[in-house]
Amino acid sequence: MNKRFRTALLAGVGWLVALFFLLPYVEMLLTALKPERELTRSPGGYLPSHWQWSNFTDVWSAAPILTNLRVSLIVAGGATALTLACALPAAYYAARNRFQGRGAFLLLVLVTQMFAPTALVIGVYREMVALNLTDTLEALILVNAAFNLPFCVWILHGSFSAVPKELEEAAFLDGAGRIGALFRVTLPVSLPGVVTAVVYTFITAWNEYIVALTVSVSDNRKPLTVAVPSFVTQYQEHWQYLFATSLIAIVPVVILFALVERYLIGGLTAGSVK
Amino acid sequence: MDGVTKAGRDASRPARLPGLRRALAPLPWLAPALLLVGAVVLWPVVEMVRTSLLDISSSGTTLGGAGAANYTDLFDEPDLWPVLGRTLLWVAGVVVAATVLSLALGQLLHARFPGRRAVRWAVIVPWAASVLMTALIWRWMLDNDSGVINRVLLDLGVLDEPVNWLAHPAQALLWMMGVAVFVTLPFTSFVILAGLQSIPGDVYEAARVDGASGWTTYLRITLPLLRPSLLIGTIVNVINVFNNFPIIWSMTQGGPGHATDTTTTFTYKIAFFDKHVGESAAMAVVNFLLILMMVLLYLRAVRRPGARA
Repeated sequence: MNKRFRTALLAGVGWLVALFFLLPYVEMLLTALKPERELTRSPGGYLPSHWQWSNFTDVWSAAPILTNLRVSLIVAGGATALTLACALPAAYYAARNRFQGRGAFLLLVLVTQMFAPTALVIGVYREMVALNLTDTLEALILVNAAFNLPFCVWILHGSFSAVPKELEEAAFLDGAGRIGALFRVTLPVSLPGVVTAVVYTFITAWNEYIVALTVSVSDNRKPLTVAVPSFVTQYQEHWQYLFATSLIAIVPVVILFALVERYLIGGLTAGSVK
Repeated sequence: MDGVTKAGRDASRPARLPGLRRALAPLPWLAPALLLVGAVVLWPVVEMVRTSLLDISSSGTTLGGAGAANYTDLFDEPDLWPVLGRTLLWVAGVVVAATVLSLALGQLLHARFPGRRAVRWAVIVPWAASVLMTALIWRWMLDNDSGVINRVLLDLGVLDEPVNWLAHPAQALLWMMGVAVFVTLPFTSFVILAGLQSIPGDVYEAARVDGASGWTTYLRITLPLLRPSLLIGTIVNVINVFNNFPIIWSMTQGGPGHATDTTTTFTYKIAFFDKHVGESAAMAVVNFLLILMMVLLYLRAVRRPGARA
């Protein structure tokens, strides 16, 4: 096969695949831009007859979206920080030292990987009742942090193991302490793993649904995932607002993801190979 | 913390570190992680098992021990076995389809062509987007009256009249599995892409010199070297797909009746709709044992002598 033809074919298939992945979100945008009366029309049309950009501004007053957005940010940000604070030292230590119980620790990480908040929602709910943490953001931060920890430890352990010890020893010779070597040598070199861990945790927490659905009661403590579906209930069907809000929630995260795409591949490599 | 554990020095002077101190040395590093996992992950597991053995009223007060009553109640549910069967079909179908498609997709994203970066970004979108919101747009696209899927199929002449896709259990399940594959593809493809990028080019060089065909090279070199990626991808997917809640919840709520429930939505309905908390906990315990069994079987199946996973 001619090389030029091959490249053209690959590009063609590639663009079709890209289109396939984007189509639902294009439909999301088109629906978000339709006037409400057009949404009940049967059969529905493809394009809005009138591009109702005001849906994107009206939605802020139709529901406490700003508050929900802030809740989502606090929960996802808090969970990411907490996960990292716990996973970094553990993964680093396990990657650098052979100690008694290292195997057991890594096995624990692998096994807790199998626990998902969804599967344990009854237990999580009862625990939060016992701790008097229902309807608090702390509960959501704790749960999201804890359940993402195993994957982070796994990815970070892989990345740290891939950094040659000699690099750090060179830093020791230059007078750096252990912590100094960690921050100035190992962390920069294993940046892809750290970025993967951060992004993965943030996204998972940002999109978490079932725990928030069970634990959050007050409207001002609900993240977007729980607040958004209430635009479409048996009493009202504001699909245009639902998808306008969805896009407001999705777009920043997609941009973040696209920006770190290169690191992501590197981070996943280290995590799966080691 | 400095000086407690300089890597490499421990071995050369073990006598200076008393046994206890040596055993406790990892603690400052591991304690935060252990504490978090213990308090927030393991407690609910224990709590769940304990709850499954308790008699709890619909208002949430504990009335005493229940022995195995919650489990016998659960196994007497006429819907249990269909739900279990459907869950296995759901997991196997979604994970297998996603893995096979991801192998192709990973290869495509690995190849060089103009616009590859943009295509990679597009493929990331369903991963970064919330699963819930993706499921909601599919539900809207499948809408009986205004959905774009009916409209396209009508305009193409494939259908004569609109179909209410999500009202028919079998069709609804297939569409939901499709959505599950759709949201699973990005992560799996990227894990496979990462695996492909870690294969050194000279391996292929050698194969070409030996005159191996493209297909043989793929089967004999690429696939075996992708084993770690496939392993991590499959395990994460099995767990996530098994526990997926938002897709089914937002598209059919497991209905009509229990006709599209998997164990996850079933567990939730027993607890929060029927208010049978103890029985729901029993279902969750069964659910967890199933995942554990599937992951262990999978690990066993893929572990061969010399495999590094």
